[in-house]
Amino acid sequence: MGGLRYIEEFRDPALGQSLLSSLKKDAKSLPRSPVRIMEFCGGHTHAFHRFGLLGLLPEEIRMVHGPGCPVCILPKGRIDAAIELAQRKEVILVTYGDVLRVPGSHGMTLMRGRSRGADIRIVISAMEALSLADDNPDREVVFFAIGFETTTPPTAAVLLEAKKRGLKNFSVFTNHVLTPPAMRGILSDSQVDGIIGPSHVSTVIGSRAYDFVAREFQVPLVVAGFEPLDILLSLRMLLAQIRQGKAEVENEYIRAVTPEGNPRSLELIDRVFEKTADFEWRGLGLLPQSALSIREEFSEFNAEKRFGFRIESVSDPGVCECGEILRGIKAPRDCRIFGTTCTPDTPVGACMVSAEGACAAAFHYGTGEAR
Amino acid sequence: MSGERTMTGPRLDLENGRIEMIHGNGGRASAKLVEEILLPAFDNEWLHPLGDQARFDLPGGRFAMTTDSYVISPLFFPGGDIGSLAVHGTVNDLAMGGAQPLYLTTGFILEEGFPLSDLVRIVRSMAMAAKNCGAALVAGDTKVVERGKGDGIYINTAGIGQIPDGLTLDPSGISPGDVLLISGTIGDHGAAVLAAREGFRLASTLRSDSAPLHSLVQTMMNSGPGLVCLRDPTRGGVASTLNEWARTSGLPIEIREEGIPVREEVRGVSELLGIDPLYLANEGKLLAVCRPEAADRILSAMKTHPLGYEAARIGMVGKDSSRIPVGGVLMKTLMGGTRMVDWLLGDPLPRIC
Repeated sequence: MGGLRYIEEFRDPALGQSLLSSLKKDAKSLPRSPVRIMEFCGGHTHAFHRFGLLGLLPEEIRMVHGPGCPVCILPKGRIDAAIELAQRKEVILVTYGDVLRVPGSHGMTLMRGRSRGADIRIVISAMEALSLADDNPDREVVFFAIGFETTTPPTAAVLLEAKKRGLKNFSVFTNHVLTPPAMRGILSDSQVDGIIGPSHVSTVIGSRAYDFVAREFQVPLVVAGFEPLDILLSLRMLLAQIRQGKAEVENEYIRAVTPEGNPRSLELIDRVFEKTADFEWRGLGLLPQSALSIREEFSEFNAEKRFGFRIESVSDPGVCECGEILRGIKAPRDCRIFGTTCTPDTPVGACMVSAEGACAAAFHYGTGEAR
Repeated sequence: MSGERTMTGPRLDLENGRIEMIHGNGGRASAKLVEEILLPAFDNEWLHPLGDQARFDLPGGRFAMTTDSYVISPLFFPGGDIGSLAVHGTVNDLAMGGAQPLYLTTGFILEEGFPLSDLVRIVRSMAMAAKNCGAALVAGDTKVVERGKGDGIYINTAGIGQIPDGLTLDPSGISPGDVLLISGTIGDHGAAVLAAREGFRLASTLRSDSAPLHSLVQTMMNSGPGLVCLRDPTRGGVASTLNEWARTSGLPIEIREEGIPVREEVRGVSELLGIDPLYLANEGKLLAVCRPEAADRILSAMKTHPLGYEAARIGMVGKDSSRIPVGGVLMKTLMGGTRMVDWLLGDPLPRIC
C-alpha cells in the first residue's frame, strides 16, 4: 500500500524500547522525584493501560489520570433528565453507545430505561439521528449530544442541516463541554508537574489553546498522539522541560495537530453554539464558561427549551470516589467499592462506565485483582 | 454448586432486574445469566461443565449434542450469511468436542413480511453448508411472528455428532505448562460484520471467516496424542474463551501480543471503531490447548490444512498465580509491558471519541 502505516509504525517495539531506556536515563537527573504527569484525556488513560506502558515507566514518573472522558464527567442530573425524556411516548432518544450505561440516580441508566420500554437508539454518527427524524415523522427525535470539542463539530453540522431541511421533529439535548476550562479547574486545585495534552480534541482546538497552562500555571504541556511511541516521546519531551525548568506548550502530534486547530470545525462550533455561564461537571463541580449551549437562532432545536425540563444537581453516592479520581487526587484502587460493587457491568460511578474512564481501564487491564 | 462459580460484582437482581443487551455480549454479564438463572434450574452432570457441547454415552458409542441460535444483522455479509453461519456454528460446537457432525435440526422464527426470495437464498446456503460438512438436516420447525416482533429471521440449529472412541477433550484437563494455539487470524468475522452493518459503510476487503472446523480438528487429532481441549472463539472473541479456560482451570493464562495473527484490515477497522480484535467474533477459527511436547507436532499438522495454514502459538498456561490473579489472563504487549486481558467490557460498541 505504500505511504505511512499509521498503526504499525507507531507501535514499533524496538523504537519503544529505545525510548524507554532514554526515559529511564532522563529520569535520573530530574530536579525532584517523583514527578506527577497528568494525561488529561481518557484516550491516553486507555492507551497507557492497553499497551501495558504504566509498568514500564521509570519509578520517578507518576501518572495521574485526568477528567478527559466525556461520559465520566456527565453529572447525574443530566442522565436523570435524559431518562425522563426517553420515557415520553413520543420521544426517540438517540445517543452514543457509552452513554447508555452511565448511572443516574437510584441505579437507573438509559440501558435499564430501554429494557423497560423507552425508545433509545444508539448511533455511531450524529447524522444518523437526522435520518431517524426523517423516518419517524410522527415521533420526536432527541439527540443526546455529549463530548469534548471532538464531537461538537458533528453536532453543529447536524443542527445546521436540521435547520436547512426545516425539520419539525428533531432537537438536541446538548452536553458538549470544553477542555481548556476543565484544565484550568484541575490546575487551580491540584499539583501536577506536566500534562500530556489531548490528541483528538487538539486536532480541533489546536495546541495554542493550552498556552495559558504554561503562561499562568508554569506547567509544561505536550500534545501527544494515542499510539505508544507518541506517548513515550511526549513523556521524554515533558521530562526535558522539567529538567530545564521550562514550561512551554509543545506538540508531539504534528501529523494531525496544528497550533491554530481546524478552522472549519471551529467555525461550525461558533456558528451554532455559545459558551454557557457555567456547567456542572461530575467531580469538578461548577466551572465557569466550561460548556456550550445552542444559540438563540437555533433554539427551535434546543431540547431543553422544547420540552422545558429541569436539570437537577444530584450528588454522587457517598461511597463513590469518582470526584477525587477525576481530579487526579485518588487512584481507582483507592476507592472502597472498586471491583466489588462497582464493576464495568454494574457501574456505580461514571469512571467505571466508558473504556476511557480511569476505573474501567484499571479494572479491565489491571493486575492484582481477583476477578 | 453455583458456589464455585462466582463472578466479580453484585449478583443479578432476580426480583426486579430485566434482560439488558449486555447479557448477550458473551462476557461476564452473559456468564452471570447462565450461572445465576439457567444453571441452577437445569443443572446436571452433562450441562455442568458449560462447554460448547454436552457429551454422553449411548449404546453404539460416545456422542456430543449442542444447540445455538442465530440473530445476526445483516443477514448477508461478505463471506457468508445467517444460513451458512447457523450450520457452521453448530458443527463447530460439535467439532470442539472432537465430534464429527451427523444430524442437524433447525427452527426458523420468521417475521411477517420477510421476502421469500431471501428465505430461499438462506435455506439453500444452509443446505449447501450442511452437505459440505457431511451432516444431514433431519428435522425442522417454522413459526411466524407479527411484523415488528422479530428482525426478519432468527434461526436455531441443534446437532448431534459422534466422538471417536477414547477421545476426551475437556478444559478440566488443562495443566500448567500447556501450550495455546490459534488456527489463524483473529477477528475476521466480527470486523466484516461490523463493516457491513448499515451505518458503518466502510470500504473494505474484509470477509467473514465462517467455515466448518471438524476436518481441521480431525487433522489435529490424527497427528497423535496431546490435545487437551478446543474452543471456537465466537461471541466475545479470543479474550472470552481464554478467560473461560482460566476460570475453569483456576490457572493463569499468559499470551504474547506479537504471536497473535491479525489481518491488517481487521486491525484498521478495529482501531477506527475502538474495538480490540481480541474481542471480535470468529466463526472459522479454533483455540487449542495442548501438552508442551505435542505443540510443535500439532501446529505443523494444522498448517497443512487449508483452515489452519496461518496457525500460531500464542501463549501458555502459567504455573503459579503469584503474578496473575487466579483465573486471569495476562498479555505481554508489543511494547514489552504486561496487562490483563479481561472479559468483554459492555456492548461491543465503538468508543465515542
